[in-house]
Amino acid sequence: MSISAADLKQAVANALAAISAASDLDLIKSVKIEHLGDKSPLSKASQNLGKLEPAERAEFGKIVGTAKSEVASAFDLRVAELESERDARVLIEERVDVTLPSSKIHKGGLHPLTILTNEISDLFLGLGYRVAEGPELESEWLNFDALNIPADHPARTMQDTFFVEPLDARLVLRTHTSPVQIRTMLENEPPIYIICPGRTYRADELDATHTPVFSQVEGLVIDRGITMADLKGTLDYFAKAMFGPDVKTRLRPSFFPFTEPSAEVDFFFNGRWVEWGGCGMVNPKVLEVCGIDTKEFSGFAFGMGLERTLMVRHGITDMHDIVEGDIRFTQSFGLGNR
Amino acid sequence: MKLPLSWLAEFVELPTKLNLEEIENAFVRVGFEIESIEEQGADLTGPLVVAEVKEIEVLEGHKKPIRYVGLDCGESNLRYVICGASNFEVGDLVVAALPGAILPGDFKISARETYGKTSDGMICSARELGISDEHSGIIVLSKGVAKVGVDAVELLEIKDLIIDAAVNPDRGYALSIRGLAREFAASLGLKYKDPVSDIKADAYASNKNGTQVKIADPSALSVVFIRTIENFDGAASVPIWMSRRLEKCGMRSISLAVDITNYVMLELGQPLHAFDAEKISGELEIRRANSGVKFKTLDGQERLLAESDLVVADRNGPLALAGVMGGLSSEVTQSTKSIALEGARFDPLTIAKASRRHKLSSEASRRLERGVDPSLAELATARAISLMIEFGGASYVGTAMAGEASFAPIVDFDPNFVSKYLGTKVELNEVAEKLLLIGCDIDKKDDSNWLIDPPSWRSDLLTAPDFVEEVARNIGFDRIPARLPIGKSGARLSDLQYRKRGFANYLAGIGFSEVYNYPFINPKYLAELGFTGDRAKAFRVANPMSEEFPDLRTHLLPGLLQTVVRNMGRGQKQVAIFEIGSVFRDNVPLKSQPILGTEKRPSPEELKSIYDGVPVQPTQIAGVVAGSFGNQGWNGSADVFSWNEAIALSKELIEMTGNEVEFVASDFAPWHPGRCAELRVDGKAVAHAGELHPRVISMLDLPERSSAFTVILSALPVQGAKRSKPLFTMPAATQDLALVVDIDVPSASVEKALRSGAGELLESIVLFDRYDKLGDGKVSLAYTLTFRAPDRTLTAEEVSGYRLAALEEAKREFGATLRS
Repeated sequence: MSISAADLKQAVANALAAISAASDLDLIKSVKIEHLGDKSPLSKASQNLGKLEPAERAEFGKIVGTAKSEVASAFDLRVAELESERDARVLIEERVDVTLPSSKIHKGGLHPLTILTNEISDLFLGLGYRVAEGPELESEWLNFDALNIPADHPARTMQDTFFVEPLDARLVLRTHTSPVQIRTMLENEPPIYIICPGRTYRADELDATHTPVFSQVEGLVIDRGITMADLKGTLDYFAKAMFGPDVKTRLRPSFFPFTEPSAEVDFFFNGRWVEWGGCGMVNPKVLEVCGIDTKEFSGFAFGMGLERTLMVRHGITDMHDIVEGDIRFTQSFGLGNR
Repeated sequence: MKLPLSWLAEFVELPTKLNLEEIENAFVRVGFEIESIEEQGADLTGPLVVAEVKEIEVLEGHKKPIRYVGLDCGESNLRYVICGASNFEVGDLVVAALPGAILPGDFKISARETYGKTSDGMICSARELGISDEHSGIIVLSKGVAKVGVDAVELLEIKDLIIDAAVNPDRGYALSIRGLAREFAASLGLKYKDPVSDIKADAYASNKNGTQVKIADPSALSVVFIRTIENFDGAASVPIWMSRRLEKCGMRSISLAVDITNYVMLELGQPLHAFDAEKISGELEIRRANSGVKFKTLDGQERLLAESDLVVADRNGPLALAGVMGGLSSEVTQSTKSIALEGARFDPLTIAKASRRHKLSSEASRRLERGVDPSLAELATARAISLMIEFGGASYVGTAMAGEASFAPIVDFDPNFVSKYLGTKVELNEVAEKLLLIGCDIDKKDDSNWLIDPPSWRSDLLTAPDFVEEVARNIGFDRIPARLPIGKSGARLSDLQYRKRGFANYLAGIGFSEVYNYPFINPKYLAELGFTGDRAKAFRVANPMSEEFPDLRTHLLPGLLQTVVRNMGRGQKQVAIFEIGSVFRDNVPLKSQPILGTEKRPSPEELKSIYDGVPVQPTQIAGVVAGSFGNQGWNGSADVFSWNEAIALSKELIEMTGNEVEFVASDFAPWHPGRCAELRVDGKAVAHAGELHPRVISMLDLPERSSAFTVILSALPVQGAKRSKPLFTMPAATQDLALVVDIDVPSASVEKALRSGAGELLESIVLFDRYDKLGDGKVSLAYTLTFRAPDRTLTAEEVSGYRLAALEEAKREFGATLRS
């Protein structure tokens, strides 16, 4: 049985109608079998081609080919259409509440004292300072005598010191990180550019603004031609890095046995002067104890409390939060990234 | 030091207008921090008058005694007021606030009905007037000091500014009106008159009359003056201006003699002591005490003297702890007639030692230990006896002195050093001007050589920087410019500092919170946690904050565990914390250290002794996970953190430093003896990790199976830069291998055997299953072995050969069998 061109046309029309009527991917599968399968009119027409005369075969072959490709591309188009409809539906069904929390990502954090210490260390590394550290349980001589604070000097009672037994071993919990400065000067030739962050101890009761165990950062520069202007410039730079580019500093005359002249450094923050730390030109007596030639070298030193810096900068109102190890406090600082 | 502006004004020509801020800034600029400025009387308005008590009616039937008092206020009729105090009698002079007056605290006085009477005013206490804290009774004025009806605001000099200036230890001279007035005048460029300029010491020349004195120990004082008076009226009243000034400076008025010594001390800065001369036997001697002698000071305390104490003694024994406090036995009283007044320039350290030894800091010792102007012993004693003669009716007997005032040396000074040291140009005439201002004399040899004679009250001016500071604070620190010096190249963090940062960032990143604990611990707690031996050898603080925590930590965990407990007490269900810090162990005998001088750099031997005398203080990093790791959420249970994770985490930390770890089981406290690993590098223990001991967990009420780790951060060797191996990209082949071994064979050993048997193409080995219910003391371990060759795809035959080789090695070493 041969198939006429008209039949073919009809078969194409039927196929196209069925394709466009197929409403889901299951239905279109049977449409495919019916209209493009081996037993479909179009396939049969193809199969019949071999029986035709060569001249007729070429002409009719062309017609069959066109019909098949028309149906096939309509089919592909419709499948794509149906697939995309299905995908859209399924993905919508898989929609979640993206605001749900997860308990699998664990919240941790660095203590802000660590964050601050790192920040200050990096700041001064950038200025060519080393970060020097030393023992917390320290020789009394390095903590006091070498810093021009002799026994029974009133300055020693300024700092309520924790002494450690046996007393004749002359060990104290360092009252400042200055013994690290002394160690550095004893062990190195100038020029010396260091900062000394670390834990320090004074017998103050814990309250909202005091703690017997606290942290300091001290700076020491010993070089040729160092003046008080160098000290002031360094403190300005430091203060701006800590409290913002608009912060103002001032020096007030003060007294420390290890510096002369000595000053307190204040910064102006939120409308008031805040006492930040002590500073001055290193007392020649201290340099001499360390064997540094005071004719050739001079230097400055400064020191401030990290807790106070944190409190002012971050609006921490109670020292207890800093010392008690409450994880809510630590976690609120994360890794200190901005 | 409290400083009434009215007293300051006696020696400084004040401008007509001067506000609080200007006053504060003037002091701050030259180095005196202002603690407070009290505007006394600012919130008080009269009428406040002197009144005489004429009648007292005691009203009965009340909880406390109530008096109905008739007062003569200089008005035509008596005025009647209710009064709750009873420290007065008829004829006394009191201070009455009349209706219309407003007392501090916006307390308005008006006629009012109370206790069934009309109270037409109020009799005032010092506290009610805001002039002192005294409130044990109302103010009773000495008889005859003023007429009734006189304005008491004026009489009591109530309206005043009281400036409280902090004085640094190097400025002992400023613990006086004289010193602070000079600084204030210099700061504002005002005219200043030295209070000593009016003292006529020559009027009381030395002679052989009265109490005599000698110095037994010249190292303890340079000079002493003893001036004797007689016919003194010990009961004479204190002039109101004097008692008021004392009050304003925070001292109580006691008696005329004592008040005068205090007044002169406040004015000039020279502590004085008045002995009742009739209670002195023979002459005075200033000498070291005999140790073991008991001595009662004025505060009624009995004190055991030591040889280092300095005393003023007569032939019967000590009369005063020199420069610190007088003795009770020679105290001046109401009946004292003759006074021996002592003023001396004691050695500051001697006084400081005694004050510290006796835990007795007095107004006198505070000044003397900072160093007092040596010229004042003579002048202040003269000033004081002139006041005793004027107000106590005394007559002069005589003066004895011993020793000689010694002054700070003249200093060679190159004035150009000021500019060099400050980093800004200060003209030489300005340097001279400022040094003259603080009382120096200058002999200018030439422009680079001045001889400077510091003033008598500045024994601290010894070196060039001392003078630079004086110039700097008087020209103002704001004159100094800012310059940023740059340090040395090559500055970097040390390997240990990098390591600390890395560890902290890692732990914080995976969910641990960092804490800083106090290093103070309780030895009993340490023992309860199971610490023994070297790990329990703690240093003891001689003067701890709390007797409960006298020791220094030997380990980080005890403190961390307490912090866990604190967090849980605040409602946390799970806690993961860590700390990096030093630990202290008293496990190496400490040598007694000599007291070393500071005149020069210590010798290498001395330095070694100092350095060796400081114990090594290792840095630990430790962490605790109490309960699960993170909380249970809506999407499933919480992550487990057990002994297994604690050990693996320690291993991870150590391997991050490029070190290789070996494990052995450990039974260290405070861990579970069957669930703790010791981690070793190069055969040395560097870490412990595992589950906490059940006893510790129950003692601290921690969640079951809480785990902890400690790594001695400073004990990990620093390795060189890490070497990288090439990454092969040919396909991998995997083989599974399930073994049965004795249950007590450590899995790490099995793994090691498999690795060595499997050959060098083994890329990784993963334990994916462990089954310990086989019985017979056996355990099954199932591994996935992954192989990869650099240059080809491995065949199935090849890798199954490697798998068999791995099995053979495990068989050989541990008798492992293939699980059937």
